[in-house]
Amino acid sequence: MSSKLLGERIKRKEDPRLIQGRSHYVDDIQLCGMLYLAFVRSPHAHAEIKAIHSEAAQKMPGVLAVYTGADLEGRLGLIPCAAGMEGLKVPPHPCLALRRVRYVGEPVAVVVASGRYQAVDAAAQVEVDYEPLPAITDLDKAVSSDSPVIHESLGDNIAFVAKLEGGDWKAVESDASLKVIRQRLVNQRLAPLSMETRGVVASYSPGEDTLTVWSSTQIPHLLKTQLAVMTGMDEARVRVIAPEVGGAFGSKLNVYAEEGVACFVSRQFGKPVKWIESRRENLMATIHGRDQIDDLEIYFRPDGKVMGLKCHILANLGAYHQLLTPAIPTLTALMILGCYNIPAVFVETKGVFTNTMSTDAYRGAGRPEATYIIERVMDMVARELNLDPVEVRLKNFPPPGKDIVLATGVSYDTANYQKTLKKVLTLSGYKKLRREQARLRKKGKYLGIGLSTYVEICAMGPSSRMPAGGWESGTVRVEPTGKVTVLSGTSPHGQGEETSFAQIVAEELGVPYDDVTVYHGDTNQVPMGIGTFGSRTTAVGGTAIYHAAQRIKKKMARLAAVKLGAKPSELVFRDGKIETEDGSKSVKFGEVVGEAYFAKQLPPGLAPGLVENYVFEPPNYTYPFGAHVAVVEIDNETGEVNLRNYFAVDDCGRILNPMLVDGQIHGGLAQGIGQALWEEHVYDENGQLLTGTLMDCAAPRAHQFCWFETANTETRTPVNPLGVKGVGEAGTIGSTPAIVNAVMDALRPLGVRHIDMPLKPEKIWQVLRGGSPQVV
Amino acid sequence: MIPEPFEYHSPQSLEEALRLVTEFGEEGKMMAGGHSLLPMMKLRLASPRHVIDLGRLSELRYIRESDGWIEIGALTTHFQIESSSLLREKCPLLPETAREIGDAQVRNLGTLGGSLAHADPAADWPAAILALDAEIRANSAGGERWIAAQDFFVGLMTTALAPGEILTAVRLPPLPRRAGDTYLKLRQPASGFAVVGVGVRLALNEAAHIERVAIGVTGIGPKAYRAAAVERELLGKPPTARRLAEAAARAADGVQTNSDLFASAEYRKHLASVYVRRALELALERANP
Ligand SMILES: Cc1cc2nc3c(=O)[nH]c(=O)nc-3n(C[C@H](O)[C@H](O)[C@H](O)COP(=O)(O)OP(=O)(O)OC[C@H]3O[C@@H](n4cnc5c(N)ncnc54)[C@H](O)[C@@H]3O)c2cc1C
Repeated sequence: MSSKLLGERIKRKEDPRLIQGRSHYVDDIQLCGMLYLAFVRSPHAHAEIKAIHSEAAQKMPGVLAVYTGADLEGRLGLIPCAAGMEGLKVPPHPCLALRRVRYVGEPVAVVVASGRYQAVDAAAQVEVDYEPLPAITDLDKAVSSDSPVIHESLGDNIAFVAKLEGGDWKAVESDASLKVIRQRLVNQRLAPLSMETRGVVASYSPGEDTLTVWSSTQIPHLLKTQLAVMTGMDEARVRVIAPEVGGAFGSKLNVYAEEGVACFVSRQFGKPVKWIESRRENLMATIHGRDQIDDLEIYFRPDGKVMGLKCHILANLGAYHQLLTPAIPTLTALMILGCYNIPAVFVETKGVFTNTMSTDAYRGAGRPEATYIIERVMDMVARELNLDPVEVRLKNFPPPGKDIVLATGVSYDTANYQKTLKKVLTLSGYKKLRREQARLRKKGKYLGIGLSTYVEICAMGPSSRMPAGGWESGTVRVEPTGKVTVLSGTSPHGQGEETSFAQIVAEELGVPYDDVTVYHGDTNQVPMGIGTFGSRTTAVGGTAIYHAAQRIKKKMARLAAVKLGAKPSELVFRDGKIETEDGSKSVKFGEVVGEAYFAKQLPPGLAPGLVENYVFEPPNYTYPFGAHVAVVEIDNETGEVNLRNYFAVDDCGRILNPMLVDGQIHGGLAQGIGQALWEEHVYDENGQLLTGTLMDCAAPRAHQFCWFETANTETRTPVNPLGVKGVGEAGTIGSTPAIVNAVMDALRPLGVRHIDMPLKPEKIWQVLRGGSPQVV
Repeated sequence: MIPEPFEYHSPQSLEEALRLVTEFGEEGKMMAGGHSLLPMMKLRLASPRHVIDLGRLSELRYIRESDGWIEIGALTTHFQIESSSLLREKCPLLPETAREIGDAQVRNLGTLGGSLAHADPAADWPAAILALDAEIRANSAGGERWIAAQDFFVGLMTTALAPGEILTAVRLPPLPRRAGDTYLKLRQPASGFAVVGVGVRLALNEAAHIERVAIGVTGIGPKAYRAAAVERELLGKPPTARRLAEAAARAADGVQTNSDLFASAEYRKHLASVYVRRALELALERANP
């Protein structure tokens, strides 16, 4: 293990092909005789479908068929929801709308044509007669008893009510010394907006009776199962391949209508079928994230210790459940106490249907909402008591190193929140910043300093808590030439695990990094796995690979031991050799590989070949944490926010490749800061999407950010042998409240407690001129 | 995201382009950089039967100076303006404006003429051109004419160009002595276009009073405009801080103000006055080295 790879800034294996544009995304796949799909989508948020006229479209050049919901009924299964929650109402969710449409962009019909342009032109000619119904987009209205009902068979618009309660509320409520703050926080809807939109190629071969599907997905294995169920095919005859996937952020952790329809059409025609999502479709018909209203009651002592937190969550689910829609807000409840030992908690979550696109997992998935709530709570308490927010946090942290079980029932693995906080205060020069702020305030200038000390839950997760299993598989195969193939059941799509997995295996086997090739995403090539989401890929998938590598080593050590006349336990793998620690007895790695394959002198009981699989079931989640400081300046004439500095100290456990960690943190910060300052995905009261193009939907750009000062602490988790926790979502989870806290801190002299995101300059201007911030 | 079918034409000379433009009339659309036209076609907000690509008319791609006037060909890209050393020296407002437009890809393809002809109410060039008292040349089968910038922007995405006319050049009068100019902009975070954009050129006389001032404002109303009320308040006066501020408060006087998800009409009016004042202050600083 001399070749030092783990912990180094190793360049990404993925990059040369990606940055030269020489790899293959779904749209790069061209098959002979391919047909193309274009969807006709509802322009109404809520309407009865009276009639669909497709005769004109059918006659257009190149058009082979037009299908409607009625054509698919009974022939293609419904879109699945995997969230198995007690009492959950699950409305039927057909791939093409049946009788009613419930959100703008809902697919109503599909045109099949021999060219993509022909399909799109013909789709424009399909006429649908709608009878519009009143649309419901407002959460408060949707839950009121006189609201129109979106799914009539369900009775009302409430899909579920979940309660989470812990601690001694009697004691809290009867304690007259406690102060109480009541506050509503709105966590606005966002569009995940991956660079590559969705896309699918489905290719059914009638002779072989096999269906091959290329999809831009995070979960090829789960998708395979679901598509088999939807199409009624034998699962063993379905293959799903996730080729290069250009980002997803949770939005491709799903099974979508278009995937089902593509499979159906391919089976009808016995030909390959392609559909590539346009950006407009992406903004309206790919899942959205967040969208909660959180009504808080905070009970706290005059010294800053918070004794109880109540929260009523209205979670906007959209019109239907996608794969995990209703499960997302339950993560908010679970993580609502953040890294604070608050003795009493009460959370009631109502999942609410509205005439909007479904919400589902978007980077952080329920945890950014929780972190936003609790980190705003800490700052509001500090403000109320005129204490430094650092002090309030220190007062509420659990003591370091101890295993504690919070009132929510959650127990964290390696808590030491004081450590990251201390480090970020030093890194940012916090005290100096406070002095600068005081000076500037005297001059009427608004500088704001915002803190966020987050903890998140990731490395999802133990199967007992996951709807579809939380284990992961890994295979290591040493080829006869000594090159190494690694197969993972995960499905990375930008994170860089081809690199980190190769680092793990090369270091374990003592072979060159370049000799290791990692494959993932093809269900016929790699063993069944779960996928990439919930910051789980390295912690769960990497661990499976690590164990598979151990099995290879065990076998190779036995072979080498025979050759060397040593004990297997004495041998180490390094520099392409297997040898004793002192190097006195040594055999080339390749020689032992040859032995395994030629199988001339195998020790009794040892099978030929060198391939090992391992399935890792994590005993627990992991809980990365961190502390961030944001510094903002407010233009006191226009309300514009200038992000001046950002400091992030994150503890994601052991770091296998600092460059990959930096990349994840930087991207995560951009998304989290984007929510705080710019992003919002907005429907009007008629359910029309106001941010349906990138002219209106504000995706953050590099030039809007300051330089990020990042640092880490490394507290290894005992949950897996690599000691890694997960880092894919941390930046997004931690940064949003840091920014909002900073802006509210800047505006402190103006006496305003809260402004909802995004902190558009006009809202701040309203406060600056003495008005209410909520006008915009 | 896929336009309706159209025919593509690539004229090799201005004459040929003029002929095609006349021939296709309403059914034809000229394309310069394509960075406004193509997005509209992809959204099917525009569906011309014929697209006449002006891209090959290299004779319309130049920046030159004669008799103190600077003339810029219509097909000159934003980036060519941004990086022109002549303009940086003689008319910094233009490179400063160019830098504020879109991103590198947009600046490499989008053209001055295309932007002016398109007359987007939040585009940057119109404000700059107004501040510079520029003139715009229009060529047609019948000849050419020059249109003052003030008369060019007629309404929401409409200009003084007549059917059959091609915008071929923009010319700018020389920078007066003791003059300064600048362009300031607040970007809409999604589109990058101007929530407000202000171009100012200001000249002082011997007595350091304001001898000339031209203020172009974009993003506020249906079209870019000269903030005439502000200019009137300033002409002939000494530019005290107070006077600049008082005058700037009238930046959106009489303008029918836009309102959208990002900024209400009231806020836009406020932004106009703040940005006009700041641009005036900066231009003054530059006129007073
Ligand atoms: C992502 C993006 C961001 C952008 N950001 C900004 C920004 O921040 N600020 C800004 O100002 N602009 C912005 N733009 C617009 C950009 O500057 C365009 O390039 C410009 O508006 C149009 O110029 P063009 O050469 O591309 O014209 P085209 O798109 O080719 O044409 C636009 C219109 O003008 C007509 N036309 C073109 N040339 C002539 C001519 N010579 N004579 C007569 N009619 C003509 C065309 O028929 C068409 O109707 C952005 C564009 C994009 C795509």
